[in-house]
Amino acid sequence: MFSNILIYFVVIPLLMLGGLALCRNIKQIRAVAVAGSLALLALSVYLLVDYLGLRAAGATEPMLYTDSWSWFPTLGINLAVGVDGISIAMLILSAVILLTGSFASWKINPCPKDFFLWLVLLSTGVFGFFISIDLFTMFMFYEVALIPMYLLIGVWGSGNKNYSAMKLTLMLMGGSAFLMLGLIGIYYQGGHTWNLLQIAQSNSIAPDWQRFLFPMTFVGFGVLGAMFPFHTWSPDGHASAPTAVSMLHAGVLMKLGGYGCFRVAIYTMPQAAEELSWIFLILTGISVVYGAFSACVQTDLKYINAYSSVSHCGLVLFAILMLNTTAMTGAIMQMLSHGLMTALFFALIGFIYGRTHTRDITKMGGLMQIMPYLSVCYVIAGMASLGLPGLSGFVAEMTIFVGSFEHADTFHRFFTILACCSIVITAVYILRVVGKLLFGPVQDDHHRSLTDAEWWERTSTITLIVCVAAIGCFPNFFESLIRYTFSPEIFAVIGMN
Amino acid sequence: MDFIIPLLILAIPLGMFLLLGLAGMKMSHKLAGVLGTLGMGTVLVLSYFTAFTYFFSGNPEFISEAGVRLQSVIFNQEWLAFTPNLVISLGFLLDPISAMMLIVIPTISFMVHLYSLGYMHGEKGFQRYYAFLSLFSFSMLGLVVATNIFQMYIFWELVGASSYLLIGFFYTLPSAVSASKKAFIVTRFADLGFLIGILILSYYTQTFDFITLTSDPGAAFASTAGATFMGGSVLTWAMVLIFTGGMGKSAMMPLHIWLPDAMEGPTPVSALIHAATMVVAGVYLVARMFPVYLAVPFSLDFVLVVGAITALYAAIVACTQIDIKRVLAFSTISQIAFMMVSLGAARPEFHECLGYMASMFHLFTHAMFKALLFLGAGALIHAVHSNNYTQMGGLHKYMPITNITFLIGCLAIAGIPPFAGFWSKDEILVAVYSYSTFWGVWMTLVAGLTAFYMFRVYFLVFWWNEPEYHHRPHDSEWTMSVPLIILACVSVVAGLIPFGKFVTWQGHEYIIHMNWVVAGISIVVAVIGIIIAGVLYLRENDRPKCMADSCRWLWTAAHHRFYWDEIYLFITHKIIFNGICRPIAWFDRRIIDGTMDGFAIVTNKASYAIRNLQSGRVQNYVLVYLIGALLLAVITAWCLA
Repeated sequence: MFSNILIYFVVIPLLMLGGLALCRNIKQIRAVAVAGSLALLALSVYLLVDYLGLRAAGATEPMLYTDSWSWFPTLGINLAVGVDGISIAMLILSAVILLTGSFASWKINPCPKDFFLWLVLLSTGVFGFFISIDLFTMFMFYEVALIPMYLLIGVWGSGNKNYSAMKLTLMLMGGSAFLMLGLIGIYYQGGHTWNLLQIAQSNSIAPDWQRFLFPMTFVGFGVLGAMFPFHTWSPDGHASAPTAVSMLHAGVLMKLGGYGCFRVAIYTMPQAAEELSWIFLILTGISVVYGAFSACVQTDLKYINAYSSVSHCGLVLFAILMLNTTAMTGAIMQMLSHGLMTALFFALIGFIYGRTHTRDITKMGGLMQIMPYLSVCYVIAGMASLGLPGLSGFVAEMTIFVGSFEHADTFHRFFTILACCSIVITAVYILRVVGKLLFGPVQDDHHRSLTDAEWWERTSTITLIVCVAAIGCFPNFFESLIRYTFSPEIFAVIGMN
Repeated sequence: MDFIIPLLILAIPLGMFLLLGLAGMKMSHKLAGVLGTLGMGTVLVLSYFTAFTYFFSGNPEFISEAGVRLQSVIFNQEWLAFTPNLVISLGFLLDPISAMMLIVIPTISFMVHLYSLGYMHGEKGFQRYYAFLSLFSFSMLGLVVATNIFQMYIFWELVGASSYLLIGFFYTLPSAVSASKKAFIVTRFADLGFLIGILILSYYTQTFDFITLTSDPGAAFASTAGATFMGGSVLTWAMVLIFTGGMGKSAMMPLHIWLPDAMEGPTPVSALIHAATMVVAGVYLVARMFPVYLAVPFSLDFVLVVGAITALYAAIVACTQIDIKRVLAFSTISQIAFMMVSLGAARPEFHECLGYMASMFHLFTHAMFKALLFLGAGALIHAVHSNNYTQMGGLHKYMPITNITFLIGCLAIAGIPPFAGFWSKDEILVAVYSYSTFWGVWMTLVAGLTAFYMFRVYFLVFWWNEPEYHHRPHDSEWTMSVPLIILACVSVVAGLIPFGKFVTWQGHEYIIHMNWVVAGISIVVAVIGIIIAGVLYLRENDRPKCMADSCRWLWTAAHHRFYWDEIYLFITHKIIFNGICRPIAWFDRRIIDGTMDGFAIVTNKASYAIRNLQSGRVQNYVLVYLIGALLLAVITAWCLA
């Protein structure tokens, strides 16, 4: 079992949990958290290199490092693992965000030990989810990732935290209920197996069942992907969550939704995806502009970013539903890009909030004069978000738009152009915040005495900025990593290119 | 040609941006400024070398045996492959217009770098300023040498961002912040059109590459035949939408509103970005895609009409502004519109697309004399600490160098021979007259207005009446004067360059014949404009006031720029912000979220309502049990009966 590299993505977080349980003081906690997340990052980078080596040597299976260990034979449940380029990209993203999140919660208060325990438990779920190819264990890890969120927000959050924690948990659990139904249906209709690859390759779910199960699964994951109209947990949840939790949640957990929609809903039920994509295209198309317009009038920094996430994650689902290689590649790029830049945003907002104790942009101003480092980072994050070339947002969005334009019918054209409009609205709300928050005269004289970033804050932001710039400057590497994994045999079923 | 030097032309400004951006705060002002200027100087030498090699080496890469100048790709590195056909490459394309821009951009940029050493002396954020200037130079150079339309779009966005950063350089001033925001959002809106245009074009032609697109537009568009979209052919839509991007960057009506506000930036920035280089990107874009535009005559007519209306509008508004930088901004809009009109009027049947050559010629000369005028304005502002001409006057006594150079700039823009503007504007007029007499007369009128408003400013600033100066104004230090003198010399002689030898449509040599009728008309009109300006503004008098009073509504409307800003403010604030954003946010909180909360509340209430069923009192249970049993008995009895 331990000869498979993938299993260590779950083993290391579990070891971290054990290590954290033994910690006596904050220094040890920090050391365990940073060492563990560095180990995960190193592991995922090693996996990437090894994976590329295997592909270069001619491995053509859709997934590599596949393995399966029986867990509950009566119901055919296995712990089955396997990854392709997309999962690897997601693993790296999760590791980066866990690392930067640990730095961002350097001075978490109160009960740092418990905080990190729950945070690491959450990441166990995330890593487990991305390496699983067995639907049941995938679902289990999914739930493991969701539940700690309740406590993390409820205990360490701010503002109306009980309400937000409850709302977030209940809405996501509601999504899970749909999802559970969908997954059980897939199990029974897909030949009594939970194995994703087998179901996808046999493509044996009857079209009538697909029509029923596809919306179940898509909505189930879509709730986590903040799809309109199931997105309202996002603004409240993000606003109340502590910094690192916002980072992980927007950066990684929302990607679970997009990844699940793609990996489960579309992989196993391509015919229904093609038939029913129009319904969800309308919903996600609305998400894209609706989120952006809503963000324009918010005054709380976290609400602005939560709505911006609705818009950007809407674009992910939108692109997935375009059902062609280019748009889907763009969708995965957008997941990476959004994960990194939104984590950067939430980290910066957390740092600013930690100093000014307000997130209301009408009560702040001229921060560029007071904390130039954080302000410059905020401008860079904003530029990434509004799609400045050289940063990650641009390549992802352009790939999505070019891919979406491959559909020549009026319906798709209309929604593609609608989605394109978001680049203008994004510019409006980003520049509005930047203008009010960072530029102009200092609004509150008490802010003048505030200090700029500490070293751990710098480490966190620099890591994220480097990643954002790396994707933006060398997109072809990431694109080819992702593109190769759209296995043609699965797409051939529905005549996708 | 080897790829090292062209690569360095792009790499040096980028490296300088990173160096000054990351390490600038550790440097002294002087070091950062000198480093930036030296970097730009190196780029200047390298790009002159490249351009001269292109024009004069006679290398078969660049010129065919028949003497036709060729398009030559120096390097082209794949950057992002969307599909096997649609690939964004980053490359370096040398052809007549990009080689010409390789002269224009580094020249102006270097002058501005040098000038800023004095102008920005002691400003907070001096290093940042030079970093942004380097970023801008990099982006602009990348834009003009783009080998494919998507590369152009990439750098197009980057120049937009550097313009945003530079306009908002004095970020503590709310006016600068809102001006930079406005500039970015308006051009972003235009870029949306550009992007959709690119998407349409590339979908049908399956290529981004300029050479493939332009060498044989007919073949590229074979697949578009019959494809229509909302009543127009897709090709027309694509070209008009792409031109929208150009309208935004080049401040054509109705997307011009950002440029006058952009004058909030430091004056040298206005000279570089908002007069000489970035704002002509729209013209450059149309010129770059010109063969494709020729294939769609409607789109060229569209360019012509938009240009002509803008030219007249901006010229009228320029006559009534009191901020000298705004006058220059509107004059820039008007002059760029001249270039657009010229492109729109270019057809192969009229002097082998004379309009194309004239437009590029005017771009070249305008860059020189407009940068001169802006830098001159900067020297004035530096001397009297105001943008407002009412606080200037009689300055010819105190600032002789500025006076002479500014006068040369005014003569050049007014189109007085032998200064540069005359030659290029004359070619434009010839091209427009040969296309249509109506637009010819229209543009001649605009040319007259140009002479009037420029000399209005000149007389008001350097003559008129002298206000009380707090300190005696004087000419600036050498770093500022030298660029003025150099640019003035260029503005005198640039018109004598045999431009037809270098930059023409399809690269053939074109020998310019002066059309003395048109030239005569334009000189007469310009002189009339100058004389009127002289009568009104040379000495202090109340004639200007009488004139303004005699048609007060026109003057007021023009002074308020025909209320375009108010219209935009109404649309953005009242309609989009209050009419769309707020209702959506309300809808989200109240309706969507309300529904979700509603579910929770209903569940909650329902639980409360039925919780008495589980009261724990045995009597209640017995009661319910009895009632149930009785009911069952009754129902059973009824059924049996």
